[in-house]
Amino acid sequence: MELVFLAFLVWCAGWWINARLANGPRADTRAVGLLVPVIFGLTILLVWELLVRGLDVPLVILPAPTLIAVRFADSLSILWQDFAQTILKGALGGYVIGCSAAFVTAILVDRSDFLRRGLLPVGNFVAALPIVGTAPILVMWFGFDWHSKAAVVVVMVFFPMLVNTVAGLREASEMQRDLMHTYAASYWQSLLKLRLPAALPFVFNGLKISTTLALVGAIVAEFFGSPTVGMGFRISTSVGQLALDMVWAEIVVAALAGSLFYGLIAALEKALTFWHPSQRGA
Amino acid sequence: MKTVVAVLTVVAAIVGLWYIACVPMNIKGVLDAAERAGEQVEPATARERREASALGLVAQNSFAIDRVWSVDRPRLPAPHQVVVELWQTTVMKKITSKRSLIYHAQVTLSATLLGFAIGTGLGILLAVGIVHSRVMDMSVMPWAIVSQTIPIIALAPMIIVVLYSIGVQGLLPKAIIAAYLSFFPVVVGMVKGLRSPDHMQLDLMKTYFASGNQVFWKLRLPSSMPYLFTSLKIGIAASLVGAIVGELPTGAVAGLGARLLAGSYYGQTVQIWSALFAAAILAALLVALLGLIERVLLGRMGVKA
Repeated sequence: MELVFLAFLVWCAGWWINARLANGPRADTRAVGLLVPVIFGLTILLVWELLVRGLDVPLVILPAPTLIAVRFADSLSILWQDFAQTILKGALGGYVIGCSAAFVTAILVDRSDFLRRGLLPVGNFVAALPIVGTAPILVMWFGFDWHSKAAVVVVMVFFPMLVNTVAGLREASEMQRDLMHTYAASYWQSLLKLRLPAALPFVFNGLKISTTLALVGAIVAEFFGSPTVGMGFRISTSVGQLALDMVWAEIVVAALAGSLFYGLIAALEKALTFWHPSQRGA
Repeated sequence: MKTVVAVLTVVAAIVGLWYIACVPMNIKGVLDAAERAGEQVEPATARERREASALGLVAQNSFAIDRVWSVDRPRLPAPHQVVVELWQTTVMKKITSKRSLIYHAQVTLSATLLGFAIGTGLGILLAVGIVHSRVMDMSVMPWAIVSQTIPIIALAPMIIVVLYSIGVQGLLPKAIIAAYLSFFPVVVGMVKGLRSPDHMQLDLMKTYFASGNQVFWKLRLPSSMPYLFTSLKIGIAASLVGAIVGELPTGAVAGLGARLLAGSYYGQTVQIWSALFAAAILAALLVALLGLIERVLLGRMGVKA
C-alpha cells in the first residue's frame, strides 16, 4: 500500500516540477521545452512501476517497466533478428519500392491533365481505405517470407505518396512557370530546376505519412502468416504464451524504430527544404 | 463533368487491367483442372507447367483463356466474381445469417463506432485541456505527436488477450483498439484547430470583455470545426482498421476481419476479396457521411466549405 501512496506522491511531485517549469520565466527556452516532456515520461514510468508493484498486478496483465527492460536486455539478439526481418527487409524494402514507384507514376501522370483529373480522386479515395486488408491475399501470392510483407507495404504507401507528389507538382505558380518558359527551358529543365524543388515539401509530407504506414503494414501482415521470425510473429506468439514482457519489448522496438525512421525523414526534409517558410521559422 | 469522365476512364482502366491480370494469375489452376478433365494440355504434366512461365502457358493454351475468369478458387478472382459474391452475401442472404456480409459488417461497424466515439470524446477533452493548461501542453503534446510516428496497432493482440484474461470480451476490446487509433489524430487536429484564431480575433474578444468561457464557446470552438472534421475523417478510417485488426488475433467468429482470416485459412479467395470490398465500401460510406455532416454543419455556421 505504501508503494501506491508513493506513486501518488511521485505523480504530484512530477506535476509540480513541470508546473513550475512551464509557468516559470524560462518556459520558452529549448532546454525546458525538452525537459518537461522527459520529466512527464519518467513520472509515468515511475508511477507505472510503483503501481504494478504496489497492487501486485500479475504479469499477464501488465508487466513492470523494469521487467520489460530486463527482458529487452536479455533478448537483444532475438529482437535484432525480428527487427532485421520486419523493419529492414519488409518495411524498408516495401517503402523504397512503393515510394519510388509512386514518385515515378506521379511524374508520368502529371504530363497529362486528363489522367491527373482522373487519378487524384481515385487516389484520395483509395488512400482512405483499410488497405491492410489486402495482407491475406498478398501473403497467399508471395509466400510467408518478407516479400509478401514488402508487397503489403508497397500497396499501403503507394497512394498517399502518389496523391501528395501529384499535388506537389502543381505547386509551382503560373508566374514561375512562365518565367521558365521565357528562359526557353525544356520540360526536363523546368521539372528538375523548378517543379521538383517546389514539390519537395509535399513529397516529404507523403514520405512522412508513409513511414508509419510501412511499419503498420509490415507488422500486421505477419499476423496472417510469417516465418518463425519477425516482430508481428513474435508479438502474436508471445501473446499466446502470455509472455507479455516480450510483447512490450517488441513494442518498445517498434516505437524506437518508428520514431527513428520518421526522424531520419524529417532531418532529410530539413536539409533539403531549408528554403521553405515552414522550415525557416524555427 | 470533365472530372467525372476522367475518373470513370481511370476506374475502367483499372478494371480492365484487373481482368487482364487474371489471365496469367489463374492460368495454371485452369490448366490443372483441364488436365484432370482429360483435355489436351501443353505441356502435359503439372510439374512441367510449374516451371513454365505463366505468359508462355497462356500462349500455348489459348483455348483455356476464357475460363480464367470463372475459376472456383482463383488466385485472383475476376471483378464480376467479387461483385456476384458481394451481391449474394448481402442482398440475397438474411441479415441474421452467419454468411451475410451485412451481419459481419454490422459487427465490425458497431465496434468501430463505439471506439470512434470514445476516442474522439477523450481526444477533444484532452485537446481542450492542452489548449488551456500550459503544463499539459508542454508535457503531453510532444508525446501525442511522437505517438503518431509509431505503429501503435502492434498493441492490438495484447489488448485483446489482456482484457480477455480479466473477463472482458466481445465488443469492448475491439472498440478500445479502435478508440486509441482515432484518439491521437483527433488530439493533434483539435489542438491545431483550437489555436487557429489569430491575435486580431482574440484581441477583439478581449475588447468585448469576454470571459475565458465565452472565448472558448464563441471563438475557439467554432473556428476549430474544419480542423476537427479533417481529423475525424482520418480517425474513423483508423478506427475501422483497428476494429478489423482487433478481430484477427483471437480468431473471432464474426466481423469483417474474421471473414478475412477465415478466407485466408481455407483459401476462399473470393470471400477475402468480397470482405475487403465490404470494408472499403464501409470506410467510404463513413468518410462520406462525415463529409456530409461537415458540409451541413459548416454551412449553417457560415464557414465557406
